[in-house]
Amino acid sequence: MKILVCISHVPDTTSKINFTENNTQFDPNGVQFIINPNDEFGLTRAMWFKEKQGATVDVVTVGEVAVEPTLRKALAIGADAAIRINMTPQDGFSVAQQLAKVVQDGNYDLVIAGRESIDYNGGMVPGMMAELIGANFVNNCISLTIQDNSVIAEREIDGGKETLTTKLPLIIGGQKGLVEESDLRIPNMRGIMMARQKPLNVIDPIDAITKSSTKSFEKPESKGAVTLVDKDNLDQLINLLHNEAKVI
Amino acid sequence: MSILIYAETQDGQYSKSAFELASYAHALASTLNTSVTALAINASDPKSIERYGVNKVLEVKNTVLSTFSAQLYANVISQAAKSDGSSIVIVSSSADSKFLAPLLAVKLEAAFASNVVALPTSIAPFLVKRTVFTNKAFGITELNSDVKLLALSKNAFGLIENPSIASVVAFDVTLPSITQSVTGIDKATDKVTIADAEIVVSAGRGLKGPENWNIIEELAEVLGAATACSKPVSDMGWRPHGEHVGQTGKPVASNLYIAIGISGAIQHLAGINSSKVKVVINTDPEAPFFKAADYGVVGDAFEVVPELIEKLKVFKSQNS
Ligand SMILES: Cc1cc2nc3c(=O)[nH]c(=O)nc-3n(C[C@H](O)[C@H](O)[C@H](O)COP(=O)(O)OP(=O)(O)OC[C@H]3O[C@@H](n4cnc5c(N)ncnc54)[C@H](O)[C@@H]3O)c2cc1C
Ligand SMILES: Nc1ncnc2c1ncn2[C@@H]1O[C@H](COP(=O)(O)O)[C@@H](O)[C@H]1O
Repeated sequence: MKILVCISHVPDTTSKINFTENNTQFDPNGVQFIINPNDEFGLTRAMWFKEKQGATVDVVTVGEVAVEPTLRKALAIGADAAIRINMTPQDGFSVAQQLAKVVQDGNYDLVIAGRESIDYNGGMVPGMMAELIGANFVNNCISLTIQDNSVIAEREIDGGKETLTTKLPLIIGGQKGLVEESDLRIPNMRGIMMARQKPLNVIDPIDAITKSSTKSFEKPESKGAVTLVDKDNLDQLINLLHNEAKVI
Repeated sequence: MSILIYAETQDGQYSKSAFELASYAHALASTLNTSVTALAINASDPKSIERYGVNKVLEVKNTVLSTFSAQLYANVISQAAKSDGSSIVIVSSSADSKFLAPLLAVKLEAAFASNVVALPTSIAPFLVKRTVFTNKAFGITELNSDVKLLALSKNAFGLIENPSIASVVAFDVTLPSITQSVTGIDKATDKVTIADAEIVVSAGRGLKGPENWNIIEELAEVLGAATACSKPVSDMGWRPHGEHVGQTGKPVASNLYIAIGISGAIQHLAGINSSKVKVVINTDPEAPFFKAADYGVVGDAFEVVPELIEKLKVFKSQNS
């Protein structure tokens, strides 16, 4: 089985988000970048398929040279090879077209992406890729088992979960549940050394259609001060929630 | 030219998000001088959505569609949009809609904006406001295509009644064969889900252990609320994954969010920013959550929550 894990390179979850140039550009200054958390769960599940079922695992990112440390980290975790499509991501649709080309050229059986990236939160790349290629697609995937061509997947639904049977080739939008938090791997010294020897192929983007672009950003309005209620006067809290906030 | 909404149903009944979509579409249609069409799949009372300003309902009745399938539903919505000549198609932010929307976008060759929180700020160019960086900011996104697909964030617009008369038109669909099927659904039907809830009661590591969640569940029950938790709580297996909210968990956009024994880490707050009113109960007055909350109680959850439950019961009995 050939697996491709799509990795989005995103600001660390502790980052404060700032903008420059009159709020038209995201400011990467002082921001640490990480593997998108949903993709890290997927990559870790891919390692399981590699170790238990002999799969090969490649990772891919659409991005400029600045994303390479993130790809090296994925190699250090255990991926076999990395691909970087050399361009600044424009919108979800154009990224999906770039990735779809890699999936088709590489004849991948399984493509693991995340349910959403925590930067632009599009939640669109994996599904669009699936539709472009004509592959099966399971979103919000929280469990995945594969025997030969047959797939049993679970997806999170509002208030529960659903079990699906389907076939390869398959693309998933993965998330926590694919593996547990405690299964995530921190690259060790040996992994980091080995990652330096592994291939990181830089390829040129294809011509793709872009349909959307973010023109500017806004920060949420800052909040007024909290109204404190004495713990011995909870009637006041109920009163405030009922009469002032009107939520109960 | 029309605006098409995919009006979701649950067991035949329109979900609240269907009415919110209708309210939003009606407001947008007024500025564009066009009409609103709702697509209803196996709805038991399709006409009832006219209360929110829908002009036409395309009614699909098909037993094959009784179980959700993203492939089939995206196909059906796309057929409806093409037949109705829709220039704007709107879906909700439910798990099902998030599943089908990217498929639909490609089928319609539509530019797609998810997590939309307001009416377009401009029509030409078409600009919509959406949340980015998991609620840490908003982005103004331009959509460039003839057909546009929007996914509206829950509770971003609210319900606005605009009674109108809707014609209900039967819509016949041809369904493609699919290679994916649902073999099981595991869903607690007696509990409010985080996605639907008006009120969410959430607890963190301050609760000390899973055996203490009875007070959280009881508080949720009194309020008709859903229960949620912080990430470490679900990582330790105290609560199911589906309850984990935050930047790496579920977003919460309820009217009221009550956080008990949760410190208020930036990753937690990112997921609940779009909840309207936030209440925090925490022993530590320095807990960062107090800076993000509207109302706060400094106190021990094991004392405050049981007392709050008692007082709410009295309040409920007097106000119902
Ligand atoms: C990559 C990454 C992603 C993350 N994503 C998320 C996410 O999506 N969601 C999320 O929640 N977290 C997330 N986190 C974790 C986050 O940083 C915090 O560690 C976490 O939110 C803390 O959970 P907590 O508030 O329950 O626990 P703690 O920080 O331990 O806080 C417990 C609180 O309970 C209070 N307390 C103690 N006893 C009582 C009592 N008897 N009564 C009342 N209050 C009491 C304490 O004063 C304290 O404020 C993420 C972290 C990382 C690194
Ligand atoms: N620039 C990118 N390069 C590679 N994969 C990406 C990129 N952007 C998004 N993805 C993948 O698509 C998923 C969903 O992203 P999005 O649709 O942007 O929310 C991510 O979790 C990644 O797996």
